[in-house]
This record gives sequence, C-alpha cells and structure tokens, in this order.
Amino acid sequence: MHSSWLLVCIVLAAASLCAQKLGVGRAASPDEVKAWDIGISPDGRELPPGAGTSIEGKEVYDRRCKRCHGDAGKGGDETALVGGLGSLATPRPLKTVGSYWPKATTLFDYVRRAMPYKNPGSLSDAQVYAVTAYILNLNGIVGASDAMNAQTLPKVKMPNAGGFIPDSRPDTGAGKKKK
Amino acid sequence: MKDRRNFLGFGLATGAAVTLTYCASEPAAKSGAAAALEDEGRDQLGKVVTAYGERSTFEKTARLVPDTKTPATSSSRTPLADTYGIITPNALHFERHHAGVPKIDPAEHKLLIHGMVDRPLVFTLDDLKRLPSVSRVHFVECAGNTGGEWGLKTAPDVTRSHGLASCSEWTGVSLKLLLEEAGVQKAAQWLLAEGADACKMARSVPISKAMDDAMIAYAQNGEAIRPEQGYPLRLLLPGYEGNINVKWLRRIKVSDQPFYTKDETSKYTELLADGKAMIFTLPMDAKSVITRPSGGQKLKGPGALEITGLAWSGRGKITKVEVSTDGGATWKPAQLQDPVLTKAFTRFRLPWTWDGTEVQLVSRCWDETGYQQPTREELVAVRGMNSNYHCNVRKTWKIAADGSVTNA
Ligand code: HEC
Repeated sequence: MHSSWLLVCIVLAAASLCAQKLGVGRAASPDEVKAWDIGISPDGRELPPGAGTSIEGKEVYDRRCKRCHGDAGKGGDETALVGGLGSLATPRPLKTVGSYWPKATTLFDYVRRAMPYKNPGSLSDAQVYAVTAYILNLNGIVGASDAMNAQTLPKVKMPNAGGFIPDSRPDTGAGKKKK
Repeated sequence: MKDRRNFLGFGLATGAAVTLTYCASEPAAKSGAAAALEDEGRDQLGKVVTAYGERSTFEKTARLVPDTKTPATSSSRTPLADTYGIITPNALHFERHHAGVPKIDPAEHKLLIHGMVDRPLVFTLDDLKRLPSVSRVHFVECAGNTGGEWGLKTAPDVTRSHGLASCSEWTGVSLKLLLEEAGVQKAAQWLLAEGADACKMARSVPISKAMDDAMIAYAQNGEAIRPEQGYPLRLLLPGYEGNINVKWLRRIKVSDQPFYTKDETSKYTELLADGKAMIFTLPMDAKSVITRPSGGQKLKGPGALEITGLAWSGRGKITKVEVSTDGGATWKPAQLQDPVLTKAFTRFRLPWTWDGTEVQLVSRCWDETGYQQPTREELVAVRGMNSNYHCNVRKTWKIAADGSVTNA
C-alpha cells in the first residue's frame, strides 16, 4: 500500500515537472490577471460590466476628446473619427472609425487603453461605453438612445466589416499568388 | 618615442581624411601627404579612461527627428548612409512610439503570460535571464518605411526613404520556451502582445510565429535594450513589420482568435485600389537600397569608388543583389558580405569607377524564396496608390556631372 502511494507521488511529480519543464516564473493570481486583461476580442468576451448611450457620450466627448478630434469627431489637430464612407476606392480615401474599422469592439478597446491621449485610463468603463456609443452614432451606425454594453457592442455591424481580405502576397514577380 | 608619436599622428590624420566622401586621388596627392605626417601638437596627454564611452567629437551623424506637434507619437530615422557593415549602433536605431518612451524600473517590471494556457505565469527580468538565452542578428523595419516611394515625388536621401529600418544583434529568451512553460492549450491560434507604455500598444500574433523564431529580447548589441527600443523587454518577431515587435512588453494573452486592435485595423492594413484592404500583412518583403553614393552626397570627382548598400528580407536570406549604373538597362552582381544571415541586413558592395558623366544607380535583390524586389510600376499595378505600408520598390539615385547625388 505504502509503496503504491509512493509510486503515485513519483508519477505525479514527474508529470508536473514534465509540464513545467524549468520551474522558472511564478503562478499568476486570478486577480492579477483580471487587472491587466484589458484586450477586447471581437466577440466581446472580455468586455466589463457597465453601459452608456450616445447622449451620455456626447458630454464625455466634448469635455475629454473634442479639443483634439474636433467638434462631433470631424477632426482637428488629430485625426477625424467620423466620415469617409464611400471614399476608400477613390484617390483620397478617408479612413475613419465609420468608414474603415471592421469591429466596434476595437473602439472600446482602444479608447479604454489609450485615450484621452494624455490621460489614458482616466475614464470609467461606463464613460468608455458612452463615448463609444457617441462616435458610432455620429457615424450613423447606432441610434442616439442605444445603450452600448457587453452584450450590444459585439453585435454592432460596422459598415466596412466585409472590407478586409487576407494577405495575398507575394503579389508581384514569378512566385505571385494566383487570384 | 618621437617616432611613435608620429605614427599615432599619422593614424589620426588619415582617420580625419576618411570623412571626405569619395575623395579622388588627385587632391590627396596635392595636400594630403604633407598634412598626414604632421604631429599637430598632440604632445600632451590625452583624455583619461571613462566609465561609459562616447564617440569622437568629430562624428556628427544623428537620427533625423521630424518637427511635429506630437513628438510622443512620432518617429526618428536611422542615417543609413553613415552606417557601416550590417549592425546599426544602438544610439542610431530608428524609433517609432505611439505614446512616448516610458521609464521602467527593471526590478519592478513583470511579464504576464495567460489566456489559453494551463498555468498563467508571471516572469521577472531575473527569471528570464536564468533561462537559456539566444542571440541573433535581425533587422526591424517599420511597415511604413519607404512609403514615400509610392508616388512620383520620391525622398531626397536614404535617411528619408529607408531610415525606418535598423539591424541589431538581439539577445533574449525563446518565446516558445516560455509558452511551453505555461502550457499552451490545443485551441490556441493567436496571442495578444501588449506593452507597458501609456497607450498599452497591443498587437495580435499568429501562434505559428510565436512557436517558431519569436523571442523576448532584453539586450541589443551586447548591452541592455535602449529605453526607446523597449527597455527592459521587447517582443522580437524576426522579419515581421516593426509595430508588431511590441516594446516594453508586459503581457501575452493566448487566444483562439485575433483581437483586431487599432494598430492592426485602422493602421498597418493595406488599402488596395478597389477599396478592399489586406489585413495581417506581417512579413516584410525583400528590399535593397544603395546607401553610398546616395542622395544628398557629393562626389569629389571622377575615379574609383565603392558602390555599397543594404538588402534584407523578412522571409529569409538574401541570395543575390544586382546593381545597375545605367538606370536599370544592364546589371552587375554585387558582392554580399559574409556571413549572410536570415532576416538580417545584408551588406552589398561593388567596386566601380565613375567617369564623371551623369549616371543613374539602382539596386535590386532576391531572397531565398525566389522573390525579386519589384519596380515601382509592378507594385503600383497590384496595390494601387493608397496602400501606404510595405512599399519595397527599387530606389534610383542620379549622379550629376558635378558629382551631386539626388533622387531620380
Ligand atoms: C491631446 C489630444 C487628444 C485627446 C484629448 C484625445 N485624443 Fe484620441 N488621439 C490622439 C492622438 C495623438 C491619436 C493617435 C495616436 C497614435 O499615434 O497611435 C489619437 C487616436 C485616436 C483614435 C484612433 C483614430 C484612428 O482612426 O486610428 C480614436 C478612436 C481616438 N483617438 C478617440 C479619442 C477619444 C474617444 C477621446 C476622448 C475620450 C480622445 N481620443 C481624446 C490625440 C487625442
């Protein structure tokens, strides 16, 4: 009996050694992971609780974003967040959230991680949902009273959702891929 | 003793003469010989030993820093015409930051690996340095490098046309080793790499690349990575566009799908003429450029000189470089500096005699996949004019009869 337990121990020890080969680094706690896990997948699985509408978002935008991105996202010192629909195949394409971005989740993810430019991380999740709703509304993608939250945001259909194709290089010379 | 000082004096004088670009033999014979042997009053003792070295005060080459209202999201360019061999000095490696350079205490910095793994793990820098290390020479090139060459108005010098590329020996840990330590689950297809800078720059990386030649680098050319290159840790994905080599790396999340971050959708995607855009265009295609003679330089007169430049490919080794001195009508093979390394700068050289007439210099290269560097016309035909990124067309320099070199 005693010796068979010993055998089980040896097998288990070997298995865990085998799993973590070098034993360097320490286990991350669930709280540590949660605090840093800010990247949002297109299906929204990491989206936090909270919600906001375009009406609430305008207030956030005018105080925290307008200075750089202009009135109603039309662009100022910094890039426009609105407009450009139908321009992508012209000599002067205007790539904005509305005309170019394939996923609405990207807007929440990026604003939460990086904006406002000089104070990233200073908005609450509800404010990020709200300003996201406002920018989507300015682009005619969601209604003024539509609440953006973990359920609704991933379902938003972006105008250019079908506009992206895989890397088709090499596209010149002898080895070029057949179209 | 006197003899030895003379010898040293000669060494210094010839050192200074090298800065006269393409000095033909005639002026050297007139003034050079007498000057070369002068002692120039260096009888006093020189500077004492120092703890951290600096270059000669005679050397002035520097990164090109643009004048911009938002210097924290900007880039500086490597003066490629002033670098030698294949390694870019750390102080001259190009920069591109989206939210400035963070100041990070290496004792505080941590790397978290989590998501679809059996064991979420936290590594300190000390942990990583205990693990088996790898050192490899690789270029890093911004996807926007050479972007000015899509149009007919091309860049006037090689710093402006190609200076968003640099090459270093990187040392760190294999990413595969860390992922195996955490136990990557079967369904894993992508990972998110995220930096500790103010914008938490983030990119999705295919798991196949992560398990291939990816590394987490902590050193560059024999010393700790510079702050502007990601101190204390950066992701290095050999041959992939610069932006995905996430600097100040603090987190890797393993997933079954890509994240579509801002910098892989809004930016770093290639808009084609029909309005569709290619996404996840990660490897940099083969490219070459002549760095000397190149735009902005002035040849001192006809005679012997070396044509030299750099070639690189994100898909493997450079196998051949050819140089034309007649604008592409005829081509000569250039010598490649040994050893030719994969996904690294490759120095090429061709001894040449300039006859003093107007000529056009251009190079083209091939990599080990058989791919040939395209002309501008070939690339524009398939990508249109709105693509911005991944421009790898050939670059032509014109030498005028007075020796001045400009973009053709
Ligand atoms: C101090 C000026 C400033 C303020 C204020 C500011 N931004 Fe920005 N924004 C920038 C800069 C600079 C960039 C480009 C960053 C880069 O280079 O990656 C940017 C980029 C963006 C982008 C990406 C645009 C694109 O098409 O790629 C979005 C979306 C955005 N900001 C939203 C916001 C929102 C929402 C706010 C308010 C909460 C805000 N910004 C406040 C300066 C600012």
